[in-house]
Amino acid sequence: MTTDNTDIKMNTATEDANKKLVIEIKNLQKSFGKEEVLKDVSLQLFESENLVVLGKSGTGKSVLIKCIVRLLDFNGGTINVFDKDVAALDRKELAEMRQKIGFLFQSGALYDSMTVKENLEFPLRRIKKGISAKKMKDKIHEVLENVGLADSLNKMPSQLSGGMRKRISLARTIVVDPMILLYDEPTTGLDPVTSDGISTLILDVQKKYKTASIIITHDIKCARKTANRIIMLDAGGVYKEGTLEDFDNAEDELIQSFFR
Amino acid sequence: MKKIKLNIKAIPNLRKATMVSIEKLSEKTIATTEIANNFLTDIADASLFILQVFKETFSRKFEFREFLHQCFQIGYKSLPLISITGAIMGIVLTIQTRPVLVDFGAVTMLPGMVAISLIREMGPVITALICAGKIGSGMGAELGSMRVTEQIDAMEVSSTNPMRYLVVTRVLAATLMIPLLTLYADAWGIVGSWAAANIKGDVSYVLFFSQAFKQVEFIDLLPAVVKTFFFGAVIGLVGCYKGYNAGRGTESVGIAANSAVVLASLLVIVIDVIAVQITDMM
Repeated sequence: MTTDNTDIKMNTATEDANKKLVIEIKNLQKSFGKEEVLKDVSLQLFESENLVVLGKSGTGKSVLIKCIVRLLDFNGGTINVFDKDVAALDRKELAEMRQKIGFLFQSGALYDSMTVKENLEFPLRRIKKGISAKKMKDKIHEVLENVGLADSLNKMPSQLSGGMRKRISLARTIVVDPMILLYDEPTTGLDPVTSDGISTLILDVQKKYKTASIIITHDIKCARKTANRIIMLDAGGVYKEGTLEDFDNAEDELIQSFFR
Repeated sequence: MKKIKLNIKAIPNLRKATMVSIEKLSEKTIATTEIANNFLTDIADASLFILQVFKETFSRKFEFREFLHQCFQIGYKSLPLISITGAIMGIVLTIQTRPVLVDFGAVTMLPGMVAISLIREMGPVITALICAGKIGSGMGAELGSMRVTEQIDAMEVSSTNPMRYLVVTRVLAATLMIPLLTLYADAWGIVGSWAAANIKGDVSYVLFFSQAFKQVEFIDLLPAVVKTFFFGAVIGLVGCYKGYNAGRGTESVGIAANSAVVLASLLVIVIDVIAVQITDMM
């Protein structure tokens, strides 16, 4: 077992060396008032890999990815996205950086007052400026086909089930061809079958669009299915980093409580 | 000389009582400081919000489609409510003043009096208060729920400026639509007045309207219209500010909607008082 692990680690290390770094976080700190949520978090995300971030509720997993797109300002440390310091970006540069990143919110965050079609058109019109009506129609059809909801074009978000909302939300995220995807608890609140479907979809998106992804979750089934690498957060820092096998074989009580 | 007898046994109790008093005083001081601090923070936040709205209003990228949509929502969809309110204003004003004017033999003054009352004061204020309830609460609740369900965050990460898309369009639409709705309410008020005048008398609409507009001068209309722009801006700003800065829980949506109505209504009345003073000086 030890030999296997070493092999895996060596393979991963070799792969990491070949792959381009897309996000690098060093010593990230984030507080809300006197409460320190992230004390010292460092991680790296390489191109075309799925990095799963695990951790108990309240360990700052969602805060971490919100800091990456600067929905939240952080107190210390650095975040580099495509070698650019996120904290130093002005408004225009930040908007350009955000165009390369797709963010799937925990609640789906579909615009309630718009139909599915309008929800998908909204980012397309703004990010792919000057896109023709035909190309837009084709692109929307393509992503809806990919999430298996091509017939929901004219539905309102209120007419969709929880799983369908997540799928449409994912379609809205990938419709602008992002290079990085940030998933905030993509399977929370869904039944096991739908959760599995979403996990499969995450893998399909990775294969088809070659995106690098950070998947925030505490759903171990989702983590097992989607992870190339796993990071566990606890007490404001990185508790453990490794492959799925590393976590499976760890004898640590906290890790076991997740993977048992 | 009389000696003061010191009760040594009472000293610990006295000390304890003093400590309790000091603690209570310091608690009250802290609470007062917190209230003052929160109040000043709110003022600063609101000022920054207004500045940002102004800045975004004059930026090159204007969300014209959303602005038109908001004009439709605020203006067109308020027409039934404003029609009924306007007509009722005219009817009530006529029914209540007619007997007095009859007693003084001045019933012919009725159309002019109603028209001036409606155009100068009642039309603008009642319309603004109705709109503060309908539009202000709507904006507070809509933006508040968008904040709670992370829709505003989603907009931000898809490279859309939510301040420009959601706030500027709504504030401008309210600023433009409230004056139009007020004029519309005034018109319905005069129609309502004519209808009410015909309940007890018989006045032709040609005579009624010609008498009404004979009394109204441009100086009656101008300040009334100008102040409605301010009413509209305040309703839009307050509704959007409360909704945009709503907390994260669902409870905050209700609070945002409620406080938007209360504050917008209060500010409409304050602006009206100031406007009346300025008009009086002219």
